[in-house]
Amino acid sequence: MEYIIIFIAAIFVNNIVLSQFLGICPFLGVSKKVDTALGMSAAVMFVLTIATIVTFLIQKFVLDPFELGFMQTISFILVIAALVQMVEIVLKKVSPALYQALGVFLPLITTNCAILGVAILVIQKDYNLVQSVAFAVATAIGFALALIIFAGIREQLAMTNVPDGMKGTPIALITAGLLAMAFMGFAGIV
Amino acid sequence: MNNIKILVNGIVRENPTFVLLLGMCPTLGTTSSALNGMSMGLATMFVLICSNVVISALKRWIPDQVRIPAFIVIIATFVTIVQMVMEAFVPDLYASLGLFIPLIVVNCIVLGRAEAFAAKNQVVASAFDGIGIGLGFTLALTLLGIMREGLGTGKFFGLTFMPEEFGSLIFVLAPGAFIALGYLIALVNKLRKA
Repeated sequence: MEYIIIFIAAIFVNNIVLSQFLGICPFLGVSKKVDTALGMSAAVMFVLTIATIVTFLIQKFVLDPFELGFMQTISFILVIAALVQMVEIVLKKVSPALYQALGVFLPLITTNCAILGVAILVIQKDYNLVQSVAFAVATAIGFALALIIFAGIREQLAMTNVPDGMKGTPIALITAGLLAMAFMGFAGIV
Repeated sequence: MNNIKILVNGIVRENPTFVLLLGMCPTLGTTSSALNGMSMGLATMFVLICSNVVISALKRWIPDQVRIPAFIVIIATFVTIVQMVMEAFVPDLYASLGLFIPLIVVNCIVLGRAEAFAAKNQVVASAFDGIGIGLGFTLALTLLGIMREGLGTGKFFGLTFMPEEFGSLIFVLAPGAFIALGYLIALVNKLRKA
């Protein structure tokens, strides 16, 4: 039951993009086509889950015992940057097909604030390891959901006649606003 | 003269929010009130100036292959300083900005300026670039904060100018952030063309 609540809360109620405002850059940047949105979502899910596990272990077994809490930001971002590099190298060797699909998105992920955000959030919420993994996976699903719906809308939007001043980013932001309004309907479920 | 040009460039021509469209997460996430938006802008500006200065001073000793991790460490150091100072002296503000203070590390503006400007220019010029871009960011966040707070609650930096019932709460909530920023960027685009 507890895990179901974590899932529903992270996917719908506190959607990472539409209500927490994390990971807006890829949300606006790679949402022009549904295919690229799918690729980006998969890459985020992969890295987010691994990064959350690794940073969680670092917090519990390195930072906490040695009282190095103030090093959290520095150590987490370095670990995430190194991890993304490593995932890229390993993926290239082990599964070239997967690398082909996710490759271009991996370098972009280091500066995706959702990754560092979730790593810090699970520590703040005082989750245990299993809860943290559940939260990371659910957050990634929430990200994927928002990104794919948004990409679908933008594909349609490209064919419509938008007033000159609103073309490009402004209309994308307003669309995102309406989408966020729809997601607000989930508030209060859990 | 040249330094003034760099300064103005950061505020107007290369405004990080309205023109370069960088750093969207804190822009949307912290502007539910004008004061929060301004504080976030100033915190980012501090990090930006310090990291620009240090990186341009050290650029000769940072090997090219490891420059990105080196930049990140320098930036993260200043972010940690901001985090600790804010937690000690303005705990209320620190609590309301929350997660977005440590997330200055992954703000594309800071790393972007380090890579695009500080790694190629002198210390003084980099400092001015940091001030310019920082002011541009602060200005954008304050503007968006004033707009959202005004439309949402009828207040200007906490001072009521319109009965609260006249405001529409949606502007303080998440959807209002996207919509307000959308119209603000559209307006800036229109003004820039004119």
